[in-house]
Amino acid sequence: MALTEQEIQEFNKKACQLRKDTIDTVYWAGGGHVGGSLSMMEIMVLMYYKYLNIDPSKPQWDDRDRFVMSKGHAGVGYAPVLADKGYFPFDMLKEFNHTHSRLGMHLDGNKVPGVDVSTGSLGHGLPIALGLALGARLQGKKWLTYCLLGDGECDEGSVWEAAMAASHFKVTNMITIIDRNRMMIDGPTEDVMKLEPFVDKWKAFGFIVKEVDGHDYNQLVDAIDFAIAEESGPVVIIANTVKGKCVGFMEDNYQWHYGGLDSEKVTECKECIDNYYCEI
Amino acid sequence: MAADGLTYTIEDTANMSTAEIYGKVLIELAEKNNDIVGLSADLAKSTKIGQLAAKHPDRFFNVGIAEQNMFGMAAGLAKSGLTPFVSTFAVFASMRAAEQVRTDIAYQNLNVKIIATHAGTSFGQAGTTHHCTEDLAIMRSFANMTVIAPADGIETANAVQAAYNYKGPVYIRINRGFDKQLYEKSDYGFEIGKAVELHPGTDITVIACGVAAYNAADAANILEKEDGLSVRVINMHTIKPIDKEAIIKAVQETRRIVTFEDHNIMGGLGSAVADVIVESGKGCAFEKVGIPDEYAIIGLPEDLQNHYGFDTNGILAKVREIMGKDFEEDEDWEDEV
Ligand SMILES: Cc1ncc(C[n+]2csc(CCOP(=O)(O)OP(=O)(O)O)c2C)c(N)n1
Repeated sequence: MALTEQEIQEFNKKACQLRKDTIDTVYWAGGGHVGGSLSMMEIMVLMYYKYLNIDPSKPQWDDRDRFVMSKGHAGVGYAPVLADKGYFPFDMLKEFNHTHSRLGMHLDGNKVPGVDVSTGSLGHGLPIALGLALGARLQGKKWLTYCLLGDGECDEGSVWEAAMAASHFKVTNMITIIDRNRMMIDGPTEDVMKLEPFVDKWKAFGFIVKEVDGHDYNQLVDAIDFAIAEESGPVVIIANTVKGKCVGFMEDNYQWHYGGLDSEKVTECKECIDNYYCEI
Repeated sequence: MAADGLTYTIEDTANMSTAEIYGKVLIELAEKNNDIVGLSADLAKSTKIGQLAAKHPDRFFNVGIAEQNMFGMAAGLAKSGLTPFVSTFAVFASMRAAEQVRTDIAYQNLNVKIIATHAGTSFGQAGTTHHCTEDLAIMRSFANMTVIAPADGIETANAVQAAYNYKGPVYIRINRGFDKQLYEKSDYGFEIGKAVELHPGTDITVIACGVAAYNAADAANILEKEDGLSVRVINMHTIKPIDKEAIIKAVQETRRIVTFEDHNIMGGLGSAVADVIVESGKGCAFEKVGIPDEYAIIGLPEDLQNHYGFDTNGILAKVREIMGKDFEEDEDWEDEV
């Protein structure tokens, strides 16, 4: 169902704040994977403020939906969301990456409340999500498993091994979302290792594919609602996004996959983010 | 003099990270040797093998984020007669593609050079998925594999050249970022399988590799001045084949050995040294220091070295502790097997 104007405004407010929290966290951390953290923010907002059936006061609640951050390097954008949801105090973000901190670049599920699966090595998330989904189905549980992947990550064979298995086992309680920002570390995905025809590849592996604008809430909601309702087989949502979204000098620039920010740059980033939300 | 005539001094390397030095040496080698090709898995920039890519785009393959394919491809390239240099983070070289490295490369004894960066806890803030405290154990257990953990940039330059001049699979693990400079010049006699004595001594022997080697030499100087202790320091840059002679000599002459490494204490340098000591049948006080059998904490590399006791202070404390212990020195070697 289409979102109301008020809902969209609230999500925008959230995404604006979380993007700025991410910038601050990169600063406190002394550097971080900022580009891919900014590109996924609309998806994260919908996950954590609309879809996931979770209770931050009970991170281990048995019947919660599971979220697998397969692109684990986006921890610097994920942690502010978890803090905002109340899984841990906001001030913990100030210790991100610091010695003895519980928060490091790739979030550790045994140390960070709210993190269902420890990730950081690419290509691991989808197989684990598939196991979770099959586990839920086998035990008659109603909870859903969501998995967010990077597009560069889809170079890994293990992603396609899991994809093959998901359609073979007709898994319909797993929602796969790909942050298709078209950039990886060494360059654009199509220059480093061609993924196209990406939609056709997923189709060939037995998935129903929804391709959407990953910064458009309504398009995302339509696709996620469809994926939840679909009973014939697994669904993947290819969310076309912009790496570094909202910060002009980072947008579509693979050099900002990972970077450090001084206080001046932090101010500049936040201005960019505010401007973006003023305009829309 | 390094095998290929490429020599470096502390001035050449002062402003370069260890990986940058590797990249520079590799392009110099590639200039003269057309058989050299490079591979990386979306980490060309981070591992600095990208320098080869920039110079010789036709001799470099970026395979995307696909380490297993990369090591299989390296095996095929080697079988075709070329000499592949493969670079990714140590954690992915030694674990993500472990079976390809073992079965495709080591088993077939192929001429592939794996230069793995971000080893040990040198990418400390990244957490366990990017720490690599298992690679020495894993690679050491692969027959045919030579395993090297250089102490600094100059030793990395030597090791990379030596690896090229050696026929067979070689695994070199280097750190992320800058290493403290241990050597002033490259012509100190680097040879695969031959340990380097950094400091003479007769009371105790410290055997170290990688980042711990500099710290050990530093500690030995302090112990000499402040404690009047004579600490032998051995830089065991080659973990396999290990320099047995240097270890047995240390057993006989110092009767106390302690090892330091940025690696799980199971299976790495300490274990390799222990194997030699135990098989020698000689009595010797022995301890291993490194990451205990756990996943390391998050933090800056220097803080982790301190936390796990292989920074200078940790080495000082450990040597003092061992020297303070009663240890019965048996002068009669004849009664031992
Ligand atoms: C197995 C593995 N190989 C390499 C890396 C190093 N690495 C971290 S992020 C990254 C690029 C990821 O690109 P993408 O999946 O497109 O993520 P995004 O652009 O959304 O940040 C790479 C190669 C890794 N974390 N895991």
